[in-house]
Amino acid sequence: MKTVFEMTPAMREMELHYCPGCTHGIAHRLIMEVLEESGRLGDTIGVSPVGCSIVAHRYMNVDMIEAAHGRAPAVASAIKRVHPGNLVFTYQGDGDLASIGTGEIVHAAHRGEKISTFFINNAIYGMTGGQMAPTTLIGQKATTAQEGRKVEDSGMPLRVAEMLATIDGAVYVERVALNSPSNVRAAKKAIARAFEVQEKGLGFAFVELLSSCPVNWGLPPVKALEWMDEAMIPYYPLKRFKCPEEVK
Amino acid sequence: MTDKMTDKPADKMTDRKLMKGNEAMALAAIRAGCRYYFGYPITPQNEITEYMSRELPKAGGAFIQAESELASINMCYGAAAAGGRVLTSSSSPGVALMQEGLSGLANIQAPMVIINVMRAGPGIGAIQPAQADYFQATRGGGNGDYHIIVYAPESIQEAMDMMGKAYDVADEYRNPVMILADGMLGQMMEPVVVPEARKPIMGDDIAKAKPWALTGHKNKRERNAINSVWLDQYAFEEFSNELWKKYIKAEKELPEYETYNLDDADLVFTAFGTTARIVRESIDQLAKKGIKAGLIRPKTLWPFPYGAFDEIEKHAPNAKLVISAELSRGQLIQDVKLGLLGRLPVALIGRVAGILLTPDEITQEAMALYEKTGKEGK
Repeated sequence: MKTVFEMTPAMREMELHYCPGCTHGIAHRLIMEVLEESGRLGDTIGVSPVGCSIVAHRYMNVDMIEAAHGRAPAVASAIKRVHPGNLVFTYQGDGDLASIGTGEIVHAAHRGEKISTFFINNAIYGMTGGQMAPTTLIGQKATTAQEGRKVEDSGMPLRVAEMLATIDGAVYVERVALNSPSNVRAAKKAIARAFEVQEKGLGFAFVELLSSCPVNWGLPPVKALEWMDEAMIPYYPLKRFKCPEEVK
Repeated sequence: MTDKMTDKPADKMTDRKLMKGNEAMALAAIRAGCRYYFGYPITPQNEITEYMSRELPKAGGAFIQAESELASINMCYGAAAAGGRVLTSSSSPGVALMQEGLSGLANIQAPMVIINVMRAGPGIGAIQPAQADYFQATRGGGNGDYHIIVYAPESIQEAMDMMGKAYDVADEYRNPVMILADGMLGQMMEPVVVPEARKPIMGDDIAKAKPWALTGHKNKRERNAINSVWLDQYAFEEFSNELWKKYIKAEKELPEYETYNLDDADLVFTAFGTTARIVRESIDQLAKKGIKAGLIRPKTLWPFPYGAFDEIEKHAPNAKLVISAELSRGQLIQDVKLGLLGRLPVALIGRVAGILLTPDEITQEAMALYEKTGKEGK
């Protein structure tokens, strides 16, 4: 019998704690598959955020550390200085990266830190139970925006990839989505490029992954994936904003 | 500055120098094998950051000027977890911002050294010297059950010597260690003998020296996962119990103090850091006025040398009063009272807002307090 799909040794054999229909599991697996395929699992160090994915290290078979809320890029910057030969990445959600951690992500990009950041944008605070994030869409309901987000109270949703693309030190910036097989395949390629940029020492690499949060969106998993197409992608366009010649 | 200022082997003749406190502490850290520094500008400690930016790359290390104190301490968190010997420095309001990181570093049991060159507070306060971060340093400004080990040097030489010890203790206890200096110590110059250079542990040597550190598992061991969150309360309590055994050991093994003129003293001062040096001058002035005064100077503030106060009964049985002299509204005094447990009356002589105590001022106030105690005693 031919094996067409199997567990990757890059993921530890554990049941994921994420809610049904959440795309964190896909993002985890893609990052780990890329590292395994490039033979870099043994010298990669990851930094997990505060949020749903704080215990990502339970699943990812690499050395990892939990950072305080929003501080993962600062933690990763220093790890890279101590071990410049290792691959170092941060895995962060939108509360962590786009709200409390804006200073750290902007300045890691600004210094051109040779690290890779994977930014999970699901337009909501997941772990704390569905509060409004800087990325929550206009009209989208949240426990702290119960009638839907209003521009006059909370401004327009923050487009992080576009913002970071204005910074010279951020040499690779791409937004992908995890809501269809073709989008997932494109996401894996973006992740591979982000590590290649780091491997070649070109600068800071950033991949924004649009993700679903069915529980806090109040949608069944399949509808949640459809909502990403209908509402999220029109505001957060899938695009390679910047890419160095060396990895094209 | 010459290359001799960095990591060349010590030579007693050439390593005798006149140095500013801040630069001397930075040099001592490099000599102790520190190769990573992350910091943010704040007065009166900028010479440390400047020195490290210039000298660490020459010594094969790395320097980042962080975007904030939050980033500085979290860079230390990453570097320490990766097994690097790391330093940050700041001054009072900056150290306030670092408390989240210090609590986190204690929780992940990561060794590092932090220098606080204290200025006056609360708030943005003033850039002149103060000692009002005593509570922040010894009572834990961050959340949860943890301690920072705190050394309080009174001279630039002592600050340099304490730096090597701070790194040893940080590694042994796997906990942050603070050098609590003040703006006077940071800004003044004194002759010093620079400590000998130690070989830094870097690169591939880290995995051997610190098997718990993040180095990449090289497909040869289980992955190292350093966690700060606990989802199982009972496992967390067990971890906290283990952490606490370490702090109980520290309380037994680390307290340090020295006494000055304590034999037969009628009056005993306690003071730490630069204030202790001013108190010594007052003790000599008081002797001329017929009052025998002595000094207990804690060198560690946490763990506090409570046992030092038993020395009073042994060496100064006629002592009537203990005075805590400090550049604050009375913070050290709380530990003095805990050390004395009601055995003697305790009074405060303090200045705040960045104003130093003068020897004359201490002498006069001490005389008045001493006479008052005598009258009340009758």
